[in-house]
Amino acid sequence: MAEKKDTQVKKVAIICSKANLEDVYAALVMANGAVMEGMEAKVFFTFFGLDAITKKRMNKLHTATVGNPGMRMPGGLPFPTLLGTIPGVEAGVSAMMRSQMDKLDIPPVDEFLDMITAGGGEIYACKLAMDMFKLTKEDLSDHVQDVLTVGDFYAMAGGEGSQIIFT
Amino acid sequence: MAQKTIAGVNLEVTEDGYLEDASQWNEEIAKEIAKEEGIELTDKHFEVIKFIRENADSGLTIRKVGKSGIVDIKGFYELFPGGPLKISTKIAGIKKPASCV
Repeated sequence: MAEKKDTQVKKVAIICSKANLEDVYAALVMANGAVMEGMEAKVFFTFFGLDAITKKRMNKLHTATVGNPGMRMPGGLPFPTLLGTIPGVEAGVSAMMRSQMDKLDIPPVDEFLDMITAGGGEIYACKLAMDMFKLTKEDLSDHVQDVLTVGDFYAMAGGEGSQIIFT
Repeated sequence: MAQKTIAGVNLEVTEDGYLEDASQWNEEIAKEIAKEEGIELTDKHFEVIKFIRENADSGLTIRKVGKSGIVDIKGFYELFPGGPLKISTKIAGIKKPASCV
């Protein structure tokens, strides 16, 4: 019987296409975790994911209070959808989530990007999505290393022990 | 659990080489573990190690070390390349931190 041999993950290319707090943080935690373990990490932000690297929006991300079956009231009761539609509720819930995360040493988005890039992780923006949303490089945070096409990103995602992760 | 002789002391270590008993640690042991990791310890390293040992039970994270005033996060990566938190805690003789940030 052939001996099973695992190839270690050495590099992750992470794609973030959504602007929900939880989707962005999933990408950031995975990227930071990779860098912490001495792995290479590259994060590609596309579509609504661009919010996470857009200066004006990055630290104001929201979680959805409508259409989010995982949402609970403090104490665990279901969160009524109608409550989520009241103006200000989503902002309040999102602010509360951000403060809870801060207690666990999960930083705001800009500081998280500081941490990832300090460890050698790289942040990229999708050219097509930027054209779509009429964003320029100046709208993006300084963490962004480059604006890439999909092909550019794939070109740098290869190599032995590399993985592409979509959040 | 395994036995390992580091700097002339017989120590209990985990599978990944972390000391089981942080109180057995001394600077000579630190230097030898660091050498295995390819790191020559400087005074700056020891300042960070001191901070890490003092905060061993408080849920260490890279962010916390970065806010220690001793070293910023970039500097922390430079001191302990290839995984600052897991390597520095190993050298500091404390348990491997169960931290995702």
